[in-house]
Amino acid sequence: MSWFDIGPVEALPMRGARRVRTPKGCIAVFRTAEDEVFATAARCPHKGGPLDEGIVHGRKVTCPLHSWVFDLATGEALGEEGRVATYPARIEKGRVLIDLSQLVMRGTA
Amino acid sequence: MNTKTERLVVIGAGMASGRLLEHLTEEARGAFDITLFNAEPRGNYNRIMLSPVLSGDSTWEEIVIHDDAWYAERGITCRFGEHVIAIDRKRKVAVGQKGEVPYDRLVIATGAAPFILPIAGNDMPGVLTYRDLDDTNAMIAAAGKGGSAVVIGGGLLGLEAAAGLKARGMDVTVVHLMGHLMERQLDEAAGYLLEKDLEARGIRVLTRAATKAIIGKGHVEAVILEDGRILPADLVVMATGIRPETRLAVDAGLEVERGIVVDARMITSDPAILALGECVEFEGHLFGLVAPLYEQARVAADTLMGRESRYVVREVATRLKVTGVDLFSAGDFAEGEGREDIVYRDPGRGIYKRLVVEDDRLIGVVMYGDTADGNWFFDLIRDRTPIDEMRDNLIFGPAAAEGGAAADPLSAVAALPPEAEICGCNGVCKGKIVAAIEGGAHDLAAVRAATRASASCGSCSGLVEQLLELTLGDAFEAPAAEPICGCTDLTHEEVRRLIRATPLKSQEAVWQELGWKTRNGCHICRPAINYYLLAEWPLEYRDDPRSRFVNERRHANIQKDGTFSVVPRMWGGLTTPAELRAIADVAERYDIPAVKVTGGQRIDLLGVRAEDLPRVWADLNAAGLVSGHAYSKGLRTVKTCVGSDWCRFGTQDSTGLGVRLEKVLWGAWTPHKVKLGVSGCPRNCAEATCKDVGIVCVESGYQIGVGGAAGMEVKATELLAQVATEDEVVEIVTAFIQLYRENARYLHRPYKWLETVGLDWVKARVVDDPDERRRLVERFEISQSVYRKDPWAEQVAAHADEFAPLAEIRMEAAE
Repeated sequence: MSWFDIGPVEALPMRGARRVRTPKGCIAVFRTAEDEVFATAARCPHKGGPLDEGIVHGRKVTCPLHSWVFDLATGEALGEEGRVATYPARIEKGRVLIDLSQLVMRGTA
Repeated sequence: MNTKTERLVVIGAGMASGRLLEHLTEEARGAFDITLFNAEPRGNYNRIMLSPVLSGDSTWEEIVIHDDAWYAERGITCRFGEHVIAIDRKRKVAVGQKGEVPYDRLVIATGAAPFILPIAGNDMPGVLTYRDLDDTNAMIAAAGKGGSAVVIGGGLLGLEAAAGLKARGMDVTVVHLMGHLMERQLDEAAGYLLEKDLEARGIRVLTRAATKAIIGKGHVEAVILEDGRILPADLVVMATGIRPETRLAVDAGLEVERGIVVDARMITSDPAILALGECVEFEGHLFGLVAPLYEQARVAADTLMGRESRYVVREVATRLKVTGVDLFSAGDFAEGEGREDIVYRDPGRGIYKRLVVEDDRLIGVVMYGDTADGNWFFDLIRDRTPIDEMRDNLIFGPAAAEGGAAADPLSAVAALPPEAEICGCNGVCKGKIVAAIEGGAHDLAAVRAATRASASCGSCSGLVEQLLELTLGDAFEAPAAEPICGCTDLTHEEVRRLIRATPLKSQEAVWQELGWKTRNGCHICRPAINYYLLAEWPLEYRDDPRSRFVNERRHANIQKDGTFSVVPRMWGGLTTPAELRAIADVAERYDIPAVKVTGGQRIDLLGVRAEDLPRVWADLNAAGLVSGHAYSKGLRTVKTCVGSDWCRFGTQDSTGLGVRLEKVLWGAWTPHKVKLGVSGCPRNCAEATCKDVGIVCVESGYQIGVGGAAGMEVKATELLAQVATEDEVVEIVTAFIQLYRENARYLHRPYKWLETVGLDWVKARVVDDPDERRRLVERFEISQSVYRKDPWAEQVAAHADEFAPLAEIRMEAAE
């Protein structure tokens, strides 16, 4: 596991997201109305829309370009063939941590 | 046996001369003693299909047209791999590298050679052209090593090379000099869609990019562009066009312009010598596509056999052979005097079709994304078929245009094949929808649930309803009331009434009290509920950015590449030198790549990086410029003409009135965007009569029109009132906007809303009842006490840091 501290939880808007830049592409980090955090690849697999700019509802996000809806926990597109990569995320002592070991491995494999 | 056997020498064994030989050997067997030279060490193959060979979809064996047995059977003497060095016209011999061959008649079919850019490094190892099998094999070998390829030239060949190299695993960049790809075959819109599609496949496209040099030590390493950019490259493919191969003809003293000049019988300036194919020039035309070459082969064969035949230049059609990219163009599609366009666009599905009509005839067609009807349109062009009768449905193709009851949309839907895509957002075809209906989905919502058709943007809802009608017949009843979305069974109108009557003053209250089925709505209902709450309770409910689409949350318009566009407000379209200077400074300071004047008389700065937005706004604010709300469901622009201040026809101060209206209305959220126009006289230079609200000034006062549209639908405004003073105009327009805000369904423009309530209902409230009008204006002003301010300044002050990434992670730290 390689957990990264990306900032305080208040930096994430409720029912919103912020973008984190990595050398392997951008990650969208979401915070739901229930104060859960999720991390996914920021690019919609459909046409590359920025998921961090989408509307967050329940544990889902809607891509702003063509309204594909993704389950934030599994990355599965609802009613579509496709999924977006997900990364473990949690809140610890008011800080948001994301685990990018999957991303690192994918990049170096 | 045949005393009249004629000695025929053919130079070049390409597709044109191959077709010629087919005609001669089939129709006049034995009449010619044929010798065929070819510089390539092989016979005729289908050069067009080299791209599938490159991409691995096809093999060399599959594209051979004439094999050794074919030539042997026809008694053709083949001298493959041998160059012809000279043509001696006096002695009538062709001089090959391995000896002379005498001829009675000679055919030059030397084709074309790739054009090599005259730049440094153009001959370095690793730089290839794309013309023949050897080039293709060299590319396949180079791609086997992986790495990066740069393709110079975004025409037909270049793009096919790019797609083939990508398919073989290389990182590919296309460098194209012109503003859009395939500019000879495509208009800008189709070129743009093509670029988008290629980029989605991972091919990088740089347009308006000129190549300066190719560099490397012993082997290509990089391409340098004129603007200084450096593109690493292990392979460079030059696909910058072809030039007719005319050297032999020039040396032999034949008439040569850009190509070898031939007459309509394909005869050169020497009556014993014919030429055809890519090496010729006829009436100023050069040829590169196969269809005209085959027609020339027909004519040349007739000429050789003593038959009367004349070549005429005909329209050609182009298709791009890149798997999954559907593109078709034919004829002439330049804009011009007397030409009219019929355009169909479906951006969600990436479909674009444009027909160019002149004198009641179709003269050009460009299609992207759906080219099924390409050949039908092409036939209409070539046959010069009058299209007057079918013009209304022409763009929908043969089924709709020729299918009897031409104006009946149901018959067009009925004619679609089962695999025709109905819902582009979700890729649902007709067959799947019909199957769902037959399986028990008897209304729109049920079809949506079963197939997701029309569940995204909803623009195909009408088509789906037509399919319901077709499949169910009389059993289908158009639904009276539709719930907002799957989160509730309530309609927009019911929710709105309950928000007002209960009262409900927060999103949480709506979810709880109205029994929402989801935790906090979805992307369809939440923006609507957010609007209804803020319109009903302007002082108690706060607008929720998290329930707004990206543009309204970012106060700028997102572009395809993730950058934004920024439009400062220019009241009534008026500006000053100081404002223009500030805009120019901002554009330079932040490297903003495009600056455009909009249809609404404003200036659009395109390509601003998200993280620059707060600074761009701060700088614009410093010069007194505020948000133009070009992104919002709110007042966009008030377009004006110069009016009585300057214009000799102006009856009133239309500019002043426009500025005044804009200052009253700006910042207000509305159910959908609202555009105004004020024209100073009935000549209507501000095009006010197709706006949501349009004022036309007349000598006696002002005509206030409402409900115009000039988008997917075009509608003229209807007269709401005629009044004598500016004050009355402002009061009536304000009251109209407030009535719209309080009553229209979210995402309905005023014209849509007027269709449901009727103009008389609106007149009764904002014109005939002064008390009600005053109350509407008062409520509007209460709301404006909150919203009539610049959101840019607010963002700069409170949220500037939210525009940059929250964090930047370097991978080294993880290892």
